[in-house]
Amino acid sequence: MNKKVAVFRREHFNAAHRLSNPEWDDATNEKVFGKCALPHYHGHNYELEIKVVGKPNRETGYVMDLKELGDLVKREIHSRFDHKNLNLDTKEFKKLNPTAENIVVVIYKLLRPHIDKKLKMQVRLYETPRNFVEYPVR
Amino acid sequence: MVYLTRSEHFNAAHKLYNPAWSYEKNEEVFGKCANENWHGHNYELLVTVKGTPSPDTGFVFDVKRLSDIIKEYVIEVVDHRNLNIDVAFMQDKMCSTENLAIQIWKQLVPHLPAGVQLHCIKLYETPRIYVEYFGE
Repeated sequence: MNKKVAVFRREHFNAAHRLSNPEWDDATNEKVFGKCALPHYHGHNYELEIKVVGKPNRETGYVMDLKELGDLVKREIHSRFDHKNLNLDTKEFKKLNPTAENIVVVIYKLLRPHIDKKLKMQVRLYETPRNFVEYPVR
Repeated sequence: MVYLTRSEHFNAAHKLYNPAWSYEKNEEVFGKCANENWHGHNYELLVTVKGTPSPDTGFVFDVKRLSDIIKEYVIEVVDHRNLNIDVAFMQDKMCSTENLAIQIWKQLVPHLPAGVQLHCIKLYETPRIYVEYFGE
């Protein structure tokens, strides 16, 4: 019998960004990224869902203490990205285009070292209520 | 009297910063919202008009026309923009959700036909924060 359970923690942060490829000229950036390339930035309410999968611990009944997971997200993610300009204020996106795809991979890599290796983890990031991404893909 | 609402959405950057105050005072009052390089939101805008349904159409107002008016005079101006820098109707005003709702009201009123009254601008800055303005 498979006793694995998936647990989820939802968090949110707000940030400004713009999408551009510095190797392209303005016209190409505008053609590819449209309004997202506008020079003075725009922003989003990012919604983040962290999924952790494993067998519940015999003593606690927990896969992972979700309060601890919440604190981890606040410490590793909010402190870096909340109410920031992703392009200007973060070292993670100085040279990396802050698309939802790239942000979700960065968030996964920031959190993974702090979560028990025995537990599988997946991150879902909503850029808007209609656009969202997931990493890793299984 | 029937109330009719159209929902639209836009994304924008902004910051809360009073240029008449010191950097420290801005930080004290506005906290993270004063971050000098901006932050941003997915705004949800609900525009409510009121009137008596026309006996010919059954409509208070053609909601497609309402949507077109909101898009032309508000969404096109603010979407994917920096509210502090790029938006003419927010110049020299504090870029709070309260003030944005008041200015959106002012943008829309002149474009509504006689017999259709603007009732409410409801503006969500986040799923947990919103303001309502009734033109008072």
